[in-house]
Amino acid sequence: MEITVTVNGTAETRDVEPRLLLVHFLRDVLGLTGTHVGCDTTGCGACTVLLDGAPIKSCTLLAVQADGRAVTTVEGLIENGQLHPIQEAFKEEHGLQCGFCTPGMMLVAKALIESNPDPSEEEVRWAISGNVCRCTGYTNIVKACRRAAAQIRQAEVAS
Amino acid sequence: MSEGTRICGIGHSVKRKEDDRFIRGRGRYVEDVNLPRMLHMALLRSPLAHARINAIDASAAQAHPGVVAVVTGKDLEAHKLAWMPTLSGDTQAVLATDKVRFQGQEVAAVIAEDPYVARDALELIAVDYDPLPAVVDPFQALAPEAPLIRDEKEGQADNCCYRWQAGDKEATDRAFAAAEVVVKLKTHYPRCHPAPLETCGCVADVDPATGKATIYMTSQAPHAHRTLFALVAGLPEHNIQIISPDVGGGFGNKVPIYPGYVVATAASLLLGRPVKWIESRTENLISTGFARDYHMEGELALDRDGTMRAVRVKLTSDNGAFFADAQPTKFKAGLFHIVTGSYDLKAAHVEATGAYTNKAPGGVAYRCSFRVTEASFLIERLVQNAAYELGMDPAELRRKNFIRADQFPYRSATGFVYDSGDYHRALDLALDKVGYAALREEQERLRREGGDKLLGIGIASFTEVVGAGPAKDYDIAGLKMFDSAELRVHPTGKAILKIGVQTQGQGHETTFAQIVAGELGIPPEDVLVQHGDTDNTPYGLGTYASRSTPTAGAATAVVARKLRDKGRKIAAHLLEAAEEDLEWHEDRFRVKGVPEKSVTIQDVAFAAYTNPPEGLEAGLEGVHYYDPPNMTYPFGSYVVAVEVDRGTGEWKVRRMVAVDDCGVRINPMIVEGQIHGGLTEGYGIAAMELITFDEDGNCIGSSFMDYLLPTAWETPKFETYATVTPSPHHPIGAKGVGESATVGSPAAYVNAVIDALAHLGVRNIDMPVTSAKVWEALQRAGV
Ligand code: FES
Ligand code: FES
Repeated sequence: MEITVTVNGTAETRDVEPRLLLVHFLRDVLGLTGTHVGCDTTGCGACTVLLDGAPIKSCTLLAVQADGRAVTTVEGLIENGQLHPIQEAFKEEHGLQCGFCTPGMMLVAKALIESNPDPSEEEVRWAISGNVCRCTGYTNIVKACRRAAAQIRQAEVAS
Repeated sequence: MSEGTRICGIGHSVKRKEDDRFIRGRGRYVEDVNLPRMLHMALLRSPLAHARINAIDASAAQAHPGVVAVVTGKDLEAHKLAWMPTLSGDTQAVLATDKVRFQGQEVAAVIAEDPYVARDALELIAVDYDPLPAVVDPFQALAPEAPLIRDEKEGQADNCCYRWQAGDKEATDRAFAAAEVVVKLKTHYPRCHPAPLETCGCVADVDPATGKATIYMTSQAPHAHRTLFALVAGLPEHNIQIISPDVGGGFGNKVPIYPGYVVATAASLLLGRPVKWIESRTENLISTGFARDYHMEGELALDRDGTMRAVRVKLTSDNGAFFADAQPTKFKAGLFHIVTGSYDLKAAHVEATGAYTNKAPGGVAYRCSFRVTEASFLIERLVQNAAYELGMDPAELRRKNFIRADQFPYRSATGFVYDSGDYHRALDLALDKVGYAALREEQERLRREGGDKLLGIGIASFTEVVGAGPAKDYDIAGLKMFDSAELRVHPTGKAILKIGVQTQGQGHETTFAQIVAGELGIPPEDVLVQHGDTDNTPYGLGTYASRSTPTAGAATAVVARKLRDKGRKIAAHLLEAAEEDLEWHEDRFRVKGVPEKSVTIQDVAFAAYTNPPEGLEAGLEGVHYYDPPNMTYPFGSYVVAVEVDRGTGEWKVRRMVAVDDCGVRINPMIVEGQIHGGLTEGYGIAAMELITFDEDGNCIGSSFMDYLLPTAWETPKFETYATVTPSPHHPIGAKGVGESATVGSPAAYVNAVIDALAHLGVRNIDMPVTSAKVWEALQRAGV
């Protein structure tokens, strides 16, 4: 069936099988391979994207359920050729190792900071607790999220 | 930190080069590889743990629209591909022909135009099984009446897969006979799984025109895998290219060769089209390399004053249906005989027996150097229990028996030669940082007050043996465990380094560039590090067992020094000075006493191509294969404080202080990151990660719903510190660090929980230490 999903600001209209998962729509139909798959039970968060701004696990949503809605993937974090402060912070704080969980983590962080501009360490840990990282032990991911939040607050004050 | 900050060589927390692609979602993992006309493969797996296969009917699957081919063991048999060798000299079924021997075993493959269709068609394959009794416990397996699992194997009359021993049995038995105190501990280090976030998979692309097989594969050891592919499939090795692109974590899980890789390659060869196979998480957990599953009976002999005399271990390993442990050939229980740990023990003996069971094969080292984790856990648990037995403080007992700094190099009772260490310093620092005395006082007070909260303090002072290894003792499937580096400096002074090891998140693209920077003065950003492509890198055995820095890191330093030696000749020519009148400084050769007369490495590189001295070969490149003279021995002391709720058995880490000594740190930021990750995986193993089976051999722990991994919420907060005791034999003094924390930390967490309950007489709780088990122990203790 035909669906239209706005992905990273661009309306994408495709004819898809009703059973196609959103993650496969993004990866295989649109070629956006930054969204990863780490499990088959909604248990790891590697596939996290933003649906109308809220983090969801794209391995557990059908592409047709995203019809008429807006999806943000890691590829959409860069704006006007500029890295998002979250991306900068993950590099700066060594918040990634193999990089497989990173896109999902960054998108959760984005949603968190939008709703809570100054999250505490506990609030960050809670927010990312649906996303597994096997490499970093989370310490530096938490730091990266808080650093990004601080950066964004500062930028807002400056503007 | 001998280098200037400008160059950012050894000792600098340089930000990682690889991050630039990952933060943009531009990593290229195997699943991201898509080729024209690519087909998709799915594997049919056995629902039963042990059963005879009477017949397989694939006709309906074959006829399903979109299906291109169905492959069974019979088809592979025709090409002599139904069985393949394992890394431990056994054979393993690629697709089962006679019997299935574990739940999840590969039985057939469907290759289709679309991945969804391939999975649909699996359901259409009818397999007629005759169920057989499942053997799910190694003791049951080794009992005389047990059903024979490996009936196809010539000369195999029982379920024993190996017997092995290390150390001096007689001396050890004598020490035990004379011992004043003997402390015993029987414990099972449970089966767990490395579960890297990316599962295993491949894209096999055999070109029908040239016969060249290009295989994109989640591989921690691409060169070794290529050689094994050549041997198994009879393909000429130069016509196989294995590319291990970005790998989403390995932790040992991506060391073995799995049936899926072989079937996908065979299918591509047969069909003349690329074939992609990506396993699901459940497939990953139930069929690929598990870890541990060691049943250990340990004994420690001591004098009443606390002097440790000897350690004796009887262990039974559960190896699953095929002996597929990834470990050096001559060590059947890996390097478990490092079980003397950090202590000056005069005698030690290890007796190991392996059992075939109806469980998945694997026995990989989950962030561990070949069974060092099991050994370290056992000795650190024994030492703590010995302290209770003697009425001594566990820290004091360790101090009393540590190998002293002046005893290095130290030959252990089982034959390891520890290169360097200062165990007292590491433990003292950890105790100081955690505030040990105050914690002990608080523990006493809480016990006296009799409230709901109990406090426990656990210590682990581990010693690892990593960096396999010297060719005389270490090989995998006959391939000696040296490693390599090839360095080319281009005319403009920019360099490419190619290494035989392969990163799965460790940051090689940055740290190896820093080694070059440290040796040659070329800034890390000017050094491109390449790895993971067999056509494009020198031969090496890959990354696992914390071996990259000890082996390929050493090779990198040595090859850079070779280039510097050649550079000196060029510099002498440019400066019109004698070689012996030049000195090397950071990134340049200077005339001694006249520092302003100098040429930089970039000048030298340019001259190597534009103006080489007469008689000298042009260019500035080299290769080095490094055979390490010894293993390296990282160590550390971890101290954990936990709070245990007396009513519910729930426990929570209050403090986790980790002091690690991995020798010289190339990039402290990356080292810290490795330690954080290991402390977390160690916590997972201690607290929740468990693969277990019911009596029919059904795997419990087959998804992230039951195989629990620590999230940010449960994961403790870590306080990390360092001491630096360089390795005397490594060119830059580094020892390797990737696994220290998974090796050392489980004992620290468990010791802490036991310590909270020690006054009640509790001496052991097997991992994972769940609240339910703690609660039961409290009940038994009458609380
Ligand atoms: S892939 Fe979606 S939660 Fe794991
Ligand atoms: S960086 Fe590897 S899983 Fe998070």
